[in-house]
Amino acid sequence: MAGGIKKFVVGSFDDEAVLFPAVKNVRKAGYKIHDVYTPFPVHGLDHAMGLRETSLHTAGFIYGVTGTTTALTFMTWVFTKDWPLNIGGKPNFALPAWIPITFELTVLFAAVGMVLTFCYLCNLAPFVKKHHFHPRATDDLFVMAIECTDKTDDASLQSFLQNTGAKEVNVQIAETGWWIGRYDKEQKLYREEKGY
Amino acid sequence: MSLLKYESQQREPLVDGNKDYHQITEDIIGPIEMKPSRLWYIGFYISVALLMFGVYSIYREVTYGIGQWNLNKTIGWGWDITNFVWWVGIGHAGTLISAILLLFRQGWRTGVNRAAEAMTIFAVMCAGQFPIWHMGRVWMAFFVLPYPNSRGPLWVNFNSPLLWDVFAISTYFTVSLLFWYSGLLPDFATVRDRAKTKFRKMMYGVAAFGWTGSTKHWQRHESLSLVLAGLSTPLVLSVHTIVSFDFATSVIPGWHTTIFPPYFVAGAIFSGFAMVQTLLIVVRKVMNLQDYITLGHIEAMNKVIVLTGSIVGCAYLTELFIAWYGQNPYEWYAFSQNRANIFTPYGWSYWLMMFCNVVSPQLFWSRKLRRNITVTFFMSIIVNIGMWYERFVIIVTSVYRDFLPSSWSTYYSPSIWEIGFYLGTFGLFFTCFFLFAKYFPVIAVSEIKAILKTSGENYKAKMTDIEKSDAEKFYIEKVEHAH
Repeated sequence: MAGGIKKFVVGSFDDEAVLFPAVKNVRKAGYKIHDVYTPFPVHGLDHAMGLRETSLHTAGFIYGVTGTTTALTFMTWVFTKDWPLNIGGKPNFALPAWIPITFELTVLFAAVGMVLTFCYLCNLAPFVKKHHFHPRATDDLFVMAIECTDKTDDASLQSFLQNTGAKEVNVQIAETGWWIGRYDKEQKLYREEKGY
Repeated sequence: MSLLKYESQQREPLVDGNKDYHQITEDIIGPIEMKPSRLWYIGFYISVALLMFGVYSIYREVTYGIGQWNLNKTIGWGWDITNFVWWVGIGHAGTLISAILLLFRQGWRTGVNRAAEAMTIFAVMCAGQFPIWHMGRVWMAFFVLPYPNSRGPLWVNFNSPLLWDVFAISTYFTVSLLFWYSGLLPDFATVRDRAKTKFRKMMYGVAAFGWTGSTKHWQRHESLSLVLAGLSTPLVLSVHTIVSFDFATSVIPGWHTTIFPPYFVAGAIFSGFAMVQTLLIVVRKVMNLQDYITLGHIEAMNKVIVLTGSIVGCAYLTELFIAWYGQNPYEWYAFSQNRANIFTPYGWSYWLMMFCNVVSPQLFWSRKLRRNITVTFFMSIIVNIGMWYERFVIIVTSVYRDFLPSSWSTYYSPSIWEIGFYLGTFGLFFTCFFLFAKYFPVIAVSEIKAILKTSGENYKAKMTDIEKSDAEKFYIEKVEHAH
């Protein structure tokens, strides 16, 4: 997504028990939540926000299978075709003896692949700079950012957030990098999800 | 306030004291922001000194050759491989805590997993030194890698347990490191966002990879942790299995047994937990983390120690029995003479091992002793000594009397440079651990926050009040609705 300047209404909550109904009400009112930043994984928040499940584990499976086939085909090629060695008169195609390495490479490929994919999807890398809506989002606050469109009346949105229990509400202008707004498409609207 | 989760009152709280989310951050991140204490400097310099001695010992070994070690005709492996197996074993507890206990949903792992995983990584680094420097011509160490080369290409032997080791140890190190670091990202972000100085903000900013705490990122992070735990669980079992194959696939009496893989894995977890106890008892005291690493945590680990210690004890007796029952004269000689006979040259080491690993952990059947810090600390040292001797017994007593009795006379004891190398790995381990304790969050801050409202002492107290008021009403209103 192209960069640009965007306006966000940001509400900070200090209790996840208040956050959940707030997320529901904000979505019900038709606002689109850009993201919620939390200091720890809050279980069920992704569902409450209408995010789809991640398929990272499927990617992990595919990487693992790649590792298995790489190990097996490579060892087979080396010991039966490229340079067959007579090791104690044992068969060249020594499958049982290759299980340990096959297993290790399966795990290695799956783990490395998954971590790299995770970093790629979440845009995590050593020198990446991102807009942080609240410094305490990694400490003790649950920070909800709502993206404003031309039609949004941010004054009423702010008071709406306050009514849902937000402790701090403000408006922030953030330069959207290539990471912002990535999840727009995968977040369902509340009325679509509930079927009305 | 509605409750999100409910946990039985029978369970001990995992976080003591009156904590909220911010207090947890203060308690765990606070020490990172302070100047290190005098004790820290003393410990750190001692570790660096040991490391330097190790470096010099290795320098001697590389310059003058393996002859610097007192290995002889029958004992081609002595202290070095003993130390290798010992260090790898130490590492296993970290993965058990971080991966297996995650799959078993043991909440108490959150207090200790970060430090235990760090221990794993440093222990594997130490372990790796021994086979590498034992190669003698260490500049050719890369020959163990299967890369296209100008010698044919002549490939490595994929059927050899020593090559399996190369793959097992390097995979284990890589996966542990990734698992550990992915867990550290959110905590580094916490340090970054609290930083008062520009330098700290920059350093932790780089380390945190730009973590924001976005819900989608957390969702993926959870998925990643779960799958990495699922991968690490068979991995950790495979690593010591493969290490045991180094011995078990040979035809040396005392090594050629099928019991080795499970016996080695149990022993590894046993010694690893002892090392975790040694480290954490000091860390919780020095860094004032008694609220997070509680007596309950120590007791839980002692339970693992008595369990795995007993498994190891069963394995010792089983291999002794099978050596007799199998009626192989060489096998029985190795066990009845070289090991169990206390009057043979190395008989003492077998009985020392038996005492440290089988007899002494039985103390932990007593709840009172399990919850005693002093007893636990001494026991952890005894278990570590015992487990070192286990490897020494397996290696040295099997090879010091080979099939040619004329070469039996030489008694193996290590040279100063062999000992120096071992001390050097202690230096490496503790240098890394001191740096870790100073600059890294030693407890997984975000994971502790996630369990606070179910297992925090203050939150459990609130639940008790509600429970007392009306059990049935409590169930309907709080528990059913929570799900």
